[in-house]
Amino acid sequence: MTVIIDYGAGNLFSVQNALYHLGIENKISSKRDDIEAADRLILPGVGAFPDAMRKLKEAGLVDVIKRQAQLKPLMGICLGMQMLLDKSYEFGETDGLGLIPGTVELMTPAGGLPIPHIGWNELIKNGKCPLLSESAGEYVYFVHSYAAHTEDKYIAAYCGYGMKVPALVQNGNVYGCQFHPEKSGETGLEILRRFASL
Amino acid sequence: MLAKRIIPCLDVRDGRVVKGVNFKGIKEVGDPVECAYEYNKQGADEIVFYDITASHEGRGAILDVVRNTAKKVFVPLTVGGGIGSVEDIRAILRAGADKVSVNSQAVKDPQLIKDGADIFGSQCICLGIDAKKIAENKWTVYINGGRIDMHLDLIEWVKKAQDLGAGEICLNSIDTDGVRGGFDIPMLKAVTDAVDIPVIASGGAGSVGDFAEAFIKTDCSAALAASLFHFHELTIKDVKDDCRKKGIPVR
Repeated sequence: MTVIIDYGAGNLFSVQNALYHLGIENKISSKRDDIEAADRLILPGVGAFPDAMRKLKEAGLVDVIKRQAQLKPLMGICLGMQMLLDKSYEFGETDGLGLIPGTVELMTPAGGLPIPHIGWNELIKNGKCPLLSESAGEYVYFVHSYAAHTEDKYIAAYCGYGMKVPALVQNGNVYGCQFHPEKSGETGLEILRRFASL
Repeated sequence: MLAKRIIPCLDVRDGRVVKGVNFKGIKEVGDPVECAYEYNKQGADEIVFYDITASHEGRGAILDVVRNTAKKVFVPLTVGGGIGSVEDIRAILRAGADKVSVNSQAVKDPQLIKDGADIFGSQCICLGIDAKKIAENKWTVYINGGRIDMHLDLIEWVKKAQDLGAGEICLNSIDTDGVRGGFDIPMLKAVTDAVDIPVIASGGAGSVGDFAEAFIKTDCSAALAASLFHFHELTIKDVKDDCRKKGIPVR
């Protein structure tokens, strides 16, 4: 059972639609019991970092997520990915879950490229990751203005946008997609399929 | 590198697909969910539903279209047409859309852009604009499907919309729409030069090379077409193959 963590902020139904389409058993839940019983967890997120962290705290889910992340695969998506890092500088300074070392900062692409970074960008693989196939030239869909700053060893794939943008980060069991796999066509569905078979 | 997006637009009335040529002479051609699925298979980077349902009571139909499409199409979905309030935006996003495109109501009440961006994020708020040339390098904004001239300068409007928090602009040229002679390059250039947010070219695509032309001659991020794809004259794959041949990054 894959549990999509519901804390009142996120693209829950898009993720759920994609899992159903793939025939992956899943449940949207905000209950600790469900999170503890799950085989794997997905932390979605859309919006601003401080607000999302506040909601996660109010839902009383910070500790259980941190603990369960040691035991089973966890995937953060978009803002959910950013929340895996130590802290974010979006609207001030806010602590994240600290599951992947690093910070979240406003993007500073060279060449005056527009922010937010919206659209399909090519995944450039950076080492091996069980979520990624061997094929090159795959595009996934991004919508964001802030990006992760982390060591190269945690970056499984990045994309180029006037800077190296971490696209897929990994620290052991913990995975983070800056892009939306649930909106990235076949490539995104394949990433979710691989996550569900971990 | 970011790919240039090719976006098919489906005009929907009472839950069925239609396409007006120059906003007149509407002709029904199909089920929007099936059309969206077909475009997804062809490689559409995003799908736009433009709701032209006239009656308020009929507006629920588009929500069902979005709900059903979101179950089988896994690329971003945008809904435009008749969006008048934050509540309208919320209902559409809840149904499974990723973005809304606000147009006439945003001209009448620009606060809608700001409220929408503050609550849902700029990335959800696309500003749709219908504009027409009045002099060399000068255009004004029209509302109500291109029927009413608001005597609002296009360049002033796009700058203001960006400041209010619009995340993207879908720019439709009334002069080239339906003519099939290519996108309105001067208008597109003027707008892409004036703002930093992504601009989608709309109105005028008539042949496969028109898309690459817009990408080569302007900084637009995406190009949208309706009838051209709709009547199977061209597939999205044809357009992407042409772009790729000309060195334009596409997915």
